[in-house]
Amino acid sequence: MMQANDYMINEPAWCPGCGNFFIREALAEALSELDIDPANLLICSGIGQAAKIPHYIRANGFNGLHGRAISPALGAGVANKNLKIIVESGDGDSYGEGGNHFIHNVRRNPDIAHFVHNNQVYGLTKGQASPTSDQGMKTGVQVNGVILPALNPLAMALVLGAGFIARCFSGEKEHLKETMKAAINFSGYALIDILQPCVSFNKVNTYGWYKKRVYFPEISNPGDWNSAMELSRQWGDKIPLGIFYQKPRPTFGSHIPVLEGEPLVFRTFNPAAHSGLQEEFL
Amino acid sequence: MEINILIGGAAGQGMDTVMNLLGKALVREGYGLIYTKDYMSRVRGGHNFSMLRIAAATPWTVVESTDILVALNEETYQLHQEKLTPSGRVIYDPDLFSLPDDESRGLPIELEKLAVEAGGKVMANTVAVGALLVLIGMEGREVERLLKESFAHKDGVAEKNIDALKAGMLAASKQCSACFTLPPLKEKKERLFIDGNQVLGMSALASGCRFLSAYPMTPSTGVMNYLAAKTKTHPVVVEQAEDEIAAINMALGASYAGIRAMTCTSGGGFSLMVEGLSLAGMTETPLVVIVAMRPGPATGLPTRTEQGDLEFAIHGGHGEFPRAVLSATSQEDAFYRLNKAFELADRFQTPVIFLSDQNYADTHRSVEPFNFDRLKYNRNLAEEAEFDKPYKRYRLTDSGVSPRIIPGRYKGETVLVDSDEHDENGNIIEDGETRKLMVDKRMRKLEALSNEMDEPDLYGDAQPKILLIGWGSNYGVLREAVDALLAVGKKIAMLHFSDLWPLPCRRLNELLPNVASAYCIENNASGQLASLIKRETGIEITGSILKYDGRPFLPGEIIAEVGKNDAS
Repeated sequence: MMQANDYMINEPAWCPGCGNFFIREALAEALSELDIDPANLLICSGIGQAAKIPHYIRANGFNGLHGRAISPALGAGVANKNLKIIVESGDGDSYGEGGNHFIHNVRRNPDIAHFVHNNQVYGLTKGQASPTSDQGMKTGVQVNGVILPALNPLAMALVLGAGFIARCFSGEKEHLKETMKAAINFSGYALIDILQPCVSFNKVNTYGWYKKRVYFPEISNPGDWNSAMELSRQWGDKIPLGIFYQKPRPTFGSHIPVLEGEPLVFRTFNPAAHSGLQEEFL
Repeated sequence: MEINILIGGAAGQGMDTVMNLLGKALVREGYGLIYTKDYMSRVRGGHNFSMLRIAAATPWTVVESTDILVALNEETYQLHQEKLTPSGRVIYDPDLFSLPDDESRGLPIELEKLAVEAGGKVMANTVAVGALLVLIGMEGREVERLLKESFAHKDGVAEKNIDALKAGMLAASKQCSACFTLPPLKEKKERLFIDGNQVLGMSALASGCRFLSAYPMTPSTGVMNYLAAKTKTHPVVVEQAEDEIAAINMALGASYAGIRAMTCTSGGGFSLMVEGLSLAGMTETPLVVIVAMRPGPATGLPTRTEQGDLEFAIHGGHGEFPRAVLSATSQEDAFYRLNKAFELADRFQTPVIFLSDQNYADTHRSVEPFNFDRLKYNRNLAEEAEFDKPYKRYRLTDSGVSPRIIPGRYKGETVLVDSDEHDENGNIIEDGETRKLMVDKRMRKLEALSNEMDEPDLYGDAQPKILLIGWGSNYGVLREAVDALLAVGKKIAMLHFSDLWPLPCRRLNELLPNVASAYCIENNASGQLASLIKRETGIEITGSILKYDGRPFLPGEIIAEVGKNDAS
C-alpha cells in the first residue's frame, strides 16, 4: 500500500499558505487509505491554480482546457470504466467557463468525483470575481463591488438531480479527507464544493472568516432532499459543512448496455468482420 | 438512355419516401442511380425537391433536365416545368390544382383520393411510386417486397401500401404505359444504395470508432443518426453533447483513454470546437473531426452546400500544430479515406479533419459493395518492451512521435497529458529551451505526415491542354464535365484533391507548366484551393469557376464556362 507521501509528486507552484496545499494532502491521504493504484486513477482538470493538481498527485492526468475538465472525464469513463476518475478544478473553471458542462454532467450522472476548489475568486488571473464571489466584493475589475448574486453550486446540483453533494473547508482536512473517500466510493456524480481561502487575492473570505463560521450540522438522513437544500442555502454567519445529500441513482454508464463486460478499450477489433453492415443498403 | 425524375412539394409531403422506395427497387434491379436532395431549413411547408437520375452505370451527378416531374403541389410545377423535356410528363393530383390549358404533358393521378381509398391520405406518395413505376415500365414486385420489409412490424400497413401502389399503377397505366425506357442492363451487379453520411458512419464503425460525441448540426447529423442506430448492436457509444465544445473534449478524453473517437459537425460547430482542436494538437491526442460544410458565415444557409471552410480547417485553432485535412470526394472513396483519417490520427497522434459537405452528405448513389479487408486498424500503441520506464508521454524522438500507452494498461505506469507547454513527462514548464524542443517535436511530425498525402487524382487526357482542378464533393460533376468535353475532342483532364493538407504538390508542379489553361472549380466565393496552391507552389491558377449560391454545380455550368474561354 502506498503512503500518502508516495502520492505527492513535484513541488507545487502555489502561494505559501494557499488552501490548495491542504486539499492536495487530504486527497493524497484519501487515495492512500482507499489503496488506489495510480495506474487506475485518472485526474482530469481544467486551467487555474487548482487545475494544476494532476502535476502534483501520482496518477494518470488530463490537464485540459479552462472549463472543460468534466467532458474528457466523461469520454475517458466510456473508454475505460475501470478507471477511478476525479475531476478537480477551481470555481471559475467549474462553475463559470464550464457552467454548461457542469449542468449537463450532473444530469448525466457519470461515475466521477468532482472536487471544486472554491476560493470565490480568480487566482491565476490575479483577483477578478468568480461566479461564487459574494456580492459587494471589490476587485480590480468589479471596481464597485460584485453586483451579481453568487452562484450556489450545491443548490444548483441538487436541483439538477445530483446524488452526492457535500461542502468541505480546506482548513478541516480530516473531514475533507473522509468526505473525499465517500465521494470517490460513491457510484455516480459526487460534488464536493471545497471552501478554500485565497491568501493572495481574496481578502474577505480568509481562514479567520471561515473558521468563525463553519460548523458541522447533524445530518440524520442524507437522503432527505429538502434538508439538503436547506443546508445548501445556508451562507453567512453560519456555514454548514458535511455530506448534505447522498442517494445514488442509475449512473450514465448503467444506461449503456454495450459498456457491460470488459472495458471498451481492452476489447479486440477486426474491421473485416464488419462487412455485414452493408446488408441494410442492398 | 437514361431517365431523370424530379419530385417536389412542401416539407413533410414524403418526397424522401418516394425516392427511397423507387431508388432502392431500381438498385436491386441493377440500375445505376444518383438521388440528391434540395431542402429548406424547415420541417413543414416551403419547397423541397429531390432528383433521381437512372442510368445503366452509376451517374456522378444529376443533370439539369427532367423527364418526369412529380408535382405534389402547384409551386413545384411552376418552378420546374421549364426544365421538363418536350416529351416529359408531369404527375400531379387534379384534385389539388390544375395545369395550364396549353400544358400537354400532364398526367393527372388522384394521389390523395386513391390513397384514402387504400386506407389513408398519408400513402399518397406510395400512389405516386405506383404511377412512376408504370411510366418507366417497371414491375411492382420489388417495391412490394420493400414495402413488406419496411412495414414488417406494423400490422396491415404493408398491405395497405401495396393497395395504394397498385392503385397508382392502375391509374397511370390507363394514360401512359412505359412512356420512358429504362436503360438496357448488361449484367445485374450487386450494389448498395447509400448516402454520403451513411458511408462515413459505416466506415467509422468498421474502422473501430467506439465513441462519437456530437451536437446535432445539419448536414452532419446523418453520421450521428447512423452510429446511434448501431449502438443497439455494436460496441459503439454515441453521446449527444450539450455543445460542440463538450463534444470535442469528450472525444479527446475517450481517445486519451485509448479508444478511437470522433466528433462530427458543420462550420458553426467547428468554430466552437477549434479550442479543443488546439488541445488535441498540444496533448498529441488522436482525433477525427468530420466537418460537413454548409454555407456560412454564421448560420448561413443551413441545408445547402458550400466548400467555404477549407482554409478554416487548415488554420482553425490557436497556435501551431500539425494536422491533416482530408475530404470526401465520392462514396466510393470516402469509405476508405475516413479509415485513413483514423489511421493517420493514431499514427501521428494528432487531429485529422475530414471535410464533407451537404452535396456529398445528402446524396444517395448506387455503389459497389465496399471491401472491408482494405480497412486498417493499426493503433500504434507501444508494447511494454517499446517504452522506457518510468513512462514519459512526450519522450523526444526523431520522428516527433512519442511511444503512446493507454492509461491503466501497465502496472505502475501513468500517462499525463497537458494543455500547458510541458516537458517529456507532461509536466508544466515555462523555460524557453524545453518549449522550443517541444514545438520542434510536434512540428517534426508534419514531415512524415506529408508523405502520407495522396497526390490528386488525374482523370482524362494524359497530356491535357485544359486542366480542371477541384477538391471534395465536386469530383462527380468534374468527371461528368470532363467526359462530355473529351467526347467533343477537347484535350482536357481533371486533377482532383482528396487529401488537402499538407497539400500534395508533386502532380501540380509536373502538370501545371504544360497546360494552356487551368481552372480551379470550387463551391466558394474566394477560391480557397487556388489560394492554397499559390501559397504552397507559387503557381497562380488564373481560371476560376466559383459557385456560392448554396447549390452544387451541375455539369452544364462547368462545360459552358470552359467553352466560353477555351473555344478551341
